[in-house]
Formats: sequence, C-alpha cells, structure tokens
Amino acid sequence: MLCKGVKRKREEEEEQEPAAQDWWLEEASSSLSPEEEASPAPLPPSSLFNLSIFKLHHGLRRGEPDLRHLVLVVNTLRRIQSSMALEPPAPEPPSPAPVSPLPVVPDAPMCTSVSALLDDLSHIEGLSDTQTAFPEDAPLSRPPEPGPDPGRPAPLGSLEILLEDGLEGLFDDIDTSMYDCELWPNLKTDSGETEDKTQGPGLDVSELDYLMDVLVGTQTL
Amino acid sequence: MAGAGGGGGLGGGPAAMGGSDLQWCFSQVKGAIDEDVAEADIISTVEFNYSGDLLATGDKGGRVVIFQKEQEMVSPLRVAVSSARHSCGARGRHSPYVAMSRLSNKSRLHSRGEYNVYSTFQSHEPEFDYLKSLEIEEKINKIRWLPQQNAAHFLLSTNDKTIKLWKISERDKRAEGYNLKDEDGRLRDPFRITALRVPILKPMDLMVEASPRRIFANAHTYHINSISVNSDHETYLSADDLRINLWHLEITDRSFNIVDIKPVNMEELTEVITAAEFHPHQCNVFVYSSSKGTIRLCDMRSSALCDRHSKFFEEPEDPSSRSFFSEIISSISDVKFSHSGRYMMTRDYLSVKVWDLNMETRPVETYQVHEYLRSKLCSLYENDCIFDKFECCWSGSDSALMTGSYNNFFRMFDRSMRRDVTLEASRESSKPRAILKPRKVCTGGKRKKDEISVDSLDFNKKILHTAWHPLDNVIAVAATNNLYIFQDKAN
Repeated sequence: MLCKGVKRKREEEEEQEPAAQDWWLEEASSSLSPEEEASPAPLPPSSLFNLSIFKLHHGLRRGEPDLRHLVLVVNTLRRIQSSMALEPPAPEPPSPAPVSPLPVVPDAPMCTSVSALLDDLSHIEGLSDTQTAFPEDAPLSRPPEPGPDPGRPAPLGSLEILLEDGLEGLFDDIDTSMYDCELWPNLKTDSGETEDKTQGPGLDVSELDYLMDVLVGTQTL
Repeated sequence: MAGAGGGGGLGGGPAAMGGSDLQWCFSQVKGAIDEDVAEADIISTVEFNYSGDLLATGDKGGRVVIFQKEQEMVSPLRVAVSSARHSCGARGRHSPYVAMSRLSNKSRLHSRGEYNVYSTFQSHEPEFDYLKSLEIEEKINKIRWLPQQNAAHFLLSTNDKTIKLWKISERDKRAEGYNLKDEDGRLRDPFRITALRVPILKPMDLMVEASPRRIFANAHTYHINSISVNSDHETYLSADDLRINLWHLEITDRSFNIVDIKPVNMEELTEVITAAEFHPHQCNVFVYSSSKGTIRLCDMRSSALCDRHSKFFEEPEDPSSRSFFSEIISSISDVKFSHSGRYMMTRDYLSVKVWDLNMETRPVETYQVHEYLRSKLCSLYENDCIFDKFECCWSGSDSALMTGSYNNFFRMFDRSMRRDVTLEASRESSKPRAILKPRKVCTGGKRKKDEISVDSLDFNKKILHTAWHPLDNVIAVAATNNLYIFQDKAN
C-alpha cells in the first residue's frame, strides 16, 4: 500500500503497470451498455473516482512523485467526491459489471466498489492486511464537517481511510527534508531549508553531505 | 536575416505581417530518423540566445546541443550598422561583442542561415539522493542564455534540482614553443634549458569548449520548473513547485528565498507553482503562475519575501463549461512576458491568453489552441495527456504567438490580423524550402479531404517546446527527438 519507504525499482513498476491499467480499462468498458459505447458518454463519477484513486496510488508509488500531478489529481478527487455526495442516486444502465451505481455518501454500494478496488490493489501491492480492515457494513466516510471551512480543503472521507495516515500520509512522503532530521539540532526547522543557506549559522551544506556519506558508508570518519 | 540588412531585422518584416501572413518554409531538421526513439534523445527544452545566432537544446539524457547560425562574411561597416539597428528594436542590451563574434566566424559560401552543431556537452548526469533513496533525473528542464558580454557565451541549464552556469568558448589558436614543456606537453627539466624562446600563436581547427563555471545546488526540495535571468544581468531566479529562489550569478553557496507557498500543514496543499519569469526591463518585477490558473506579479522592492503579490491575475471561470477537469485544464504550463514588457502570455491546456499587466480581471486576448479536445477531456485524463505542459512564445516584434499541440501540430496566432494557422512538423513535408501547408482538424460531420479527424490524432506526438528567433522569422520546433527549423519565405 502506501507504506513509507516502499520504493520499487522502475522495472518492477513497469511490469505491473499494464496489469493494473488493464484492470481499470476492463471495468470501465464493461460498465457501458452497447448504446453508450457507440457514442462515448462521459464516465460516471464513480468510474472517474476509481480512476483518480488509481492515479493517486500510481503517482505515489513512483520514486519521487510529481507534486503538480498529485495536487491536481487530489483536487479532482475532491470535486468528484463532493459531487457524488450531492447527487441524488441516479438510475444506472443495466450492467453486470462490478462497478457500483452512483452512491449517496455512506452506502453499501460504495463499500462494494471500494472493497473491489482494495481487493485488486492488495493483489497488486502484495499486501493482505488492507482487506481485513474494512468490514463491508461499516460506513466508509465520515460525515462532512459542519460548515465549509474556507481555509481548509474538504476532507476526502473514504479516501482518507484508504491512506494509512490520512491525508498527512499523502504528502508526507515527499517532504523528507534532511533539515527536519533531529541529528542536526543546530539547523532551523522545515520552513528554514533555504533560509539556512542565507543566514549562515549551523552546519554547512557540504558538511551535511559529508556526514551523509559517512552514514551511508561511502566514507569513513 | 541578421547581418544582411534586409527587412529591418525587427522580427516581423514589413509592419503588417504577422505569424500567419508569412509563408513558413522548412529549413532543417536535426535528430535521428528512426521510429524507435531513445528516451534520452527526447528534447526537453529549446532556446535561442539574445542575438538568435545560437540555438540551444536540452534533452532527457542531460545533454545540451548548441547550434550556430552560419554567417556570410560581411564588411565590418555593415556589421556595425546592422547591430546598431538590432539594439534599437530588440529587447535587452546588445554589446559590441555581438559584432565581434560575427567577424570571428568563418565565412561560408551559402548564406541561407543554416544552423549547424556548434557544441555538444553533457550538462547533467543522473544523481542519487542517498537520503531519500531516489534517483534525480538528468533531464534538462530549462536552458536560459545570459546576454553576451565578451567573446564567450554563457548559459544556465537546470534539471530538477541543480542549476549550472556553462561557459562556451572558442579556441582557434594554440601556442607553440613553450619553454617549460615540450610539444607533447611533458615538462622539461629546467636545468636542460639553455635558451629562451617566445611562444608563438599558430592557428588550429576551431574548437568549441564548454566548461561548467558555477554549480548552484542544494537549494530546492521540490522539482525546478523554471529559471529566468534578470534584466540586471547579475541575478536570476529559480522556481520549484513551492518556492522561488533568487541567486546571484557569482555566488553559489547561498540564495534568497523570495516566494514560499508551502503550507505549514502539507495536507492543506492545493496549489503549486508552475512557471516563473522576470520582467524583461524592470529588474524588481517577476511573475509566477499556478496550477489553479492564476498569475501573481511580485515586486521585490516591497518586501524581502514576496508571498504577498502586487497584482493577481485570474479570469473568472465560465460556469457553462465547468467540469471535473476545470482545474486541471486551467493549470498554467508556461508564462512569458512580451518583449515590450507591457503584456504577458499564459498557456493553459486548451488556450493561450494575453494579459495586459495593467488589467488583472481578465486577459485582453484569448486564443483557442485545440478546442476540439474539450469533449475528450475524460480520455485525456485517463491517458495523462491532460497533464502535458505546453510552452508558448512571442515573435520578436510581439505581433505573433506560437505554441504546440498534438500530432506534431503547432499553432501560430497573428495578434494584429486576428488570424491563426495550424502547421505540422513532419518528415513528409521536409523538403528544402518546401512551404508548409496549413493543417485542419475536422471536429465532426463530414471530413474534408486533407483534414484529419480528432480521433486520428497521434497524442504521442506532442510539441511541447518551441522557440522564436528574437529578431527574425525563424522558429525552432521540438518534435520528440527531432528539432525542426522553419524560416519564412522572404528569408
């Protein structure tokens, strides 16, 4: 899943990519009735939601995620989710596919599709513990926070449960600034990475590099 | 053409002409013809220098290739006259050394102004960040030239993390007859020297050397997307997803952070910086664009940390075209000031907008690049094409704009005539001086002959990087691993 530090080599990722993508494409195409396939209709929000989740996971699995890509996908997910929350349940075209009908927020059909998503993800990621964490009848999303908070973006509800640490885990992995590490208490905190260069006191960047080399073992003290 | 004295050299020929009145002809194509494109050969940035005599490209493999325009030998008097004319009209300062470098070039019989390889060097190598266990890509994100101040040329090139200042200099003489070393370079025993001689300079084959003069490292936690040289020619800015730093070209061990949009709590992150540029004349002013389609203009005189903008440019969203993808397609992928400094241009996924710096509420001009893609946004989101970052550029006289699209198409907009044209960079239309035929995309209904339907477009053939000669109607278009150079017929 989204464990920190699990960084796959590029070749492994590329091998698994086609399999993961095929899964999504299969679901999407089978959800359309023959009439709909003839004239391509926009995908229902639930499929877009699944697609966005897939993109998010794929983006995070990469060595160093593209922050712009990530932010845009997350913002799109928020839009989709808030629109899914607002929409009344719409009649679905008859379809044998596992893709769920448009859900109202905490709903069994939503659980089904998310569980299906998790099943497939755990198959891909090789982790089995995610399956046990989500009993199907438990509500998957928290009720929306009372009143809009302009400063804080809307919580993603079920998305947060998918991520181990909630949204903190989403971006946390990216910002592993070496200056946050407690090994160097002289340095300023997070916001001061670049200020450090201008203001002087504390360890020199070249000294830090040297210390890192020592730790990694390429150099000996 | 530069130096020839024709057309005024002010970047547009006769005043009425703009991008679409001109007839564009194929001039050259650089790069391998193979269908199998090596990832490392994919061109990632293209930039003319201030005189337009040099054209630099950077690629995913971290290499920089510089092309030089072949000059016909002109008399010193004519060179002085034409360079004076150039300094009146074009942006920036032109030093007398521009004329000097022309004199030193070898003369060629043909004067069609072909660009030939001048220098190739490995700018960045793949690196490994030991702390994060991550590879740092060597891909060159941007190249920016410095104005020429002596016989050598300087440029800044950057990958995701490190900016380098390169000096490109010519050597066409070598010294012979050293006292302390012999012809092979071996040191001579001083006691064996019985007579002194004066070394003499002998001509040699022109050698162009590139050497890294400064390395500006360790100042960016996130990926660098832009660099921009200031009009003071002493400082430059570098921007990553969340921060913008100001550097002095002489100082590598420190930089000033002038913009920081990183939220205290990373889970509140909703917006990133996508591009930044200094104003061409006002050295205290710069702009940066965001993933939410906004542009902020900042004045460095107002405060040291420019988190609070002086001007905020945003066009209100059109409620009728709202979709899940509204934000993604509003994300600005490039921002460029006009040469005059009065306007700036932004590129989002579907359009190019021209803004008057004095009006923040909406752009003064909007040009649709490929509006036919609006109904395909879902598929483009699925295959990630919606995240492609297209660049844009102004013509030398600011009368025309250019930007790329898919299927190796690129678009040119004539601002004064309000006309536009779609052209294609392809091997098929690559006969010398062949005039490019305008292309048309069929959006529905009956497809006419020579039109191409939207569904037939090749989304793997994207033109993200284009450059327009600062003075003449010469354009460089990067199509994956090939660099196309087109000139207008008059040239």
